[in-house]
Amino acid sequence: MSIKKISKEQPENFNFSEENLKITEKILSNYPNDKKQSAVMALLYLAQRQNDNWIPLAAMKHIAKFLNMPYIKVFEVATFYSMYNLTPVGKHFIQICTTTPCMLRGAYKLVDICKRKISEEQNTLSKDKNCSWTEVECLGACVNAPMMQINDDYYEDLDEKMTEKIIDQILSDIKPKPGSYRGRINTEPENNRQTLMDLKNA
Amino acid sequence: MLKLKVNEIDIEIEEGLTVLQACEQAGFEIPRFCYHEKLSIAGNCRMCLVEIEKSPKPIASCAMPATEGMNIKTNTSKVEKARKGVMEFLLANHPLDCPVCDQGGECDLQDQSMFYGIDKSRYKENKRYVPEKYMGPLIKTQMTRCIHCTRCIRFATEVAGVPELGAIGRGEDMQITTYLEKSMESELSANVIDLCPVGALTSKPYVFEARPWELKKTETIDVMDAVGSNIRVDTYGWEVKRILPRINEDINEEWISDKSRYACDGLQNQRLDTPYIKKDGIFKKSSWEEAYEIISKKIYSTSSDEIAGLTGDLTNMETLFITKDFFSKTIKSSNLDSRAEHLFVNNDERSNYLFNSKINGIEESDFILLIGSNPRYEATMVNARIRKSYLKNNTEVFSIGDVGNLTYPYNVLKNTTEIIKEIVEDKHEVSKKIKNSKKPIIIIGQSLLKLDSANYVIEKIKEFLKKNNKINTDWNAFNILSNNASTVGSYDLNILSSKGKNNKVLKGIEHKKFKILFLLGLDEIHFKKNNEFIVYMGSHGDKGAEISDVILPGAAYTEQDGFFTNLEGKIQKAYKASYPPGEAKEDWVIINELASKIKSKELYKNKDELEKSMMNYLKITSSEKNNNNFENFNFVNEKINLNEIDYYYSNVIARSSKTMSRCRQEKIKFKDTGTEV
Repeated sequence: MSIKKISKEQPENFNFSEENLKITEKILSNYPNDKKQSAVMALLYLAQRQNDNWIPLAAMKHIAKFLNMPYIKVFEVATFYSMYNLTPVGKHFIQICTTTPCMLRGAYKLVDICKRKISEEQNTLSKDKNCSWTEVECLGACVNAPMMQINDDYYEDLDEKMTEKIIDQILSDIKPKPGSYRGRINTEPENNRQTLMDLKNA
Repeated sequence: MLKLKVNEIDIEIEEGLTVLQACEQAGFEIPRFCYHEKLSIAGNCRMCLVEIEKSPKPIASCAMPATEGMNIKTNTSKVEKARKGVMEFLLANHPLDCPVCDQGGECDLQDQSMFYGIDKSRYKENKRYVPEKYMGPLIKTQMTRCIHCTRCIRFATEVAGVPELGAIGRGEDMQITTYLEKSMESELSANVIDLCPVGALTSKPYVFEARPWELKKTETIDVMDAVGSNIRVDTYGWEVKRILPRINEDINEEWISDKSRYACDGLQNQRLDTPYIKKDGIFKKSSWEEAYEIISKKIYSTSSDEIAGLTGDLTNMETLFITKDFFSKTIKSSNLDSRAEHLFVNNDERSNYLFNSKINGIEESDFILLIGSNPRYEATMVNARIRKSYLKNNTEVFSIGDVGNLTYPYNVLKNTTEIIKEIVEDKHEVSKKIKNSKKPIIIIGQSLLKLDSANYVIEKIKEFLKKNNKINTDWNAFNILSNNASTVGSYDLNILSSKGKNNKVLKGIEHKKFKILFLLGLDEIHFKKNNEFIVYMGSHGDKGAEISDVILPGAAYTEQDGFFTNLEGKIQKAYKASYPPGEAKEDWVIINELASKIKSKELYKNKDELEKSMMNYLKITSSEKNNNNFENFNFVNEKINLNEIDYYYSNVIARSSKTMSRCRQEKIKFKDTGTEV
């Protein structure tokens, strides 16, 4: 991993939407009055969600003023964490896990499909600028490998066919159903659960 | 007190110290990069590892509090091996470019690798490369050399109060930078160059100029403001190559302002190196003889009360004293003044024009009121102390009038003298705060002294403070912030044509009373030239030389020994580091020679005699106490407008300096990158 690049094309202004302003109030209420700056990470995440999965400089400035912090301190946080995107990644941001368990179960087949369907290189936008993909480290769904994350949702137990179908849907702006694509509920065994039978939602 | 052992030596230390400080007190030096006495503790370089009994691993001593009964070992093989390991990691990504690095010869990493480095590298991979960052006209960066000690970040946030530096990215990709590579907007910015333990941040104006061992080092005093910061002047032959701070805990701690540090290239430009005489509106080079001849002829043919003199802002006390003698003994005129403007002063008592709480005292203060003063630009080091006090005691700061960003928060009061009247008459909330405060400080700036009600304000504030026991033997809350290096010295030597606000010499010039005017290093011209014959003596060809008829080239502050009294009344000697250029002479020599030309008898035989005589004078005047404090004074409701300060252009040397010009340009185009509140 190298240092994050800042996008050359930056919007002039950023303001939280009204809906998100309400959420910021809720976030801020979690912290004592003189420690409001602790909310910086939550607010950066909120800004990222509002702005098609990436944080422009204007948003960092906005948050810095909002929390009465120096710009550089917000910038430090935003460049430190890999899950904050500082360049546009598209409305549909696909992250494919390629850590060992997923890799062994065929994650690179998923990567090949993305290369074919979205863009040749990772971290580059598709032709319609709505979608990009990237390889990431373990996303914690090893039992359902291979998997990928699209925006907030996990798509698990994938194979080539299903992946192609999901990506086709994504590219035509239809949201596919998240979860396991082999009919499992969460991480249950494939031929139904054998233990904890008396619990309904185990 | 804690008792502990360092290398089997028993010592007793105060509570609250770290293991590193305990080791220092026991006399064992601990290598370090990130730790610095004046900054907060980071503990990230790991160079200061020591062994502590019962601890399985070596411990970073800078971040470990010392406790009772500790048994610390700093010289075991385990410690040495651990430090060698740390050093190897630091050097893994550090380029081996010492021969082309400006830090070479005074580099902490270079020095410490002589003890803890291994002779060859085991690191075969490619070294990290970090692009250079722009940090303004003073700081040159070579970020590949950075070892991430974060001293510069901590300095900018804590001492300078401009949180503009930060570390972006993480791990191997961590980079020190300003926000989007804007230059640092601080008058203390260049101190990060001294703090940087490696060659990552080096001095831009001094780049590839000299190696530290080639330079002659002279410990002396700075004259860019009235603080009298202690500096070290490094010279190579005649040229002043650079200026560095010297530690003086009472004055500048170990920082200096950018102007003190970088105005020195102004000592090479615009210099007057030979006497000039104006003939038909054009300056012609001449000899000293000719120049003296013309002046003495002129003086013979003029009656003594038609001769006046003004002394400048960078003049040392010996020159002031011999000028005073020159006027009183040789010319027999009393028209000599050290003020370039109509400025109120009452020098009957020394405390009337001093910073009585002392710069050191600011740290103990819990309440500060600024009246007509912007300490950030008038006395940067004083401002740094106020910020320190704000951080340490949460000192409340009030200012009459909004003076802009001072690097700490303050409350703004309306900028009229009416407010001061309310305060001293106990009708304002601030009066209560002053009364309740243990050690209040009231700082009066030059902008107030220009007003008609200056006398009223000063006397009333003193009265108010005395009534509430804020002026006593331990504490004096009344402070005047002088702007120029020579101000306090000239008041001590009584170089005033009249007391109070009116400057008799300036008044005389306005009324076209004088035929000869001596400008002794005076370049802040606040009058219109009439038909006077002007003799200018000074180091630089600036505003004063421009309007003069005869120019006598003098020496700058690095080129002659001389005393300066700083704003708190501390007398300090500046030493000669270089010599005056060309035919220029030391200032006192010029006056002495001119006196001997006129009266065929020199005023002083040598410098020692002059110095002794001056010290004697100071002793006598300080023992003479006359308390006729009160003149008639009236209250006038006025607006207090702050003098506009062109920080980077405040005196001749700074105006001649290319570096200062660049800083000024940068400041003009600067957009605030910190938090705009």
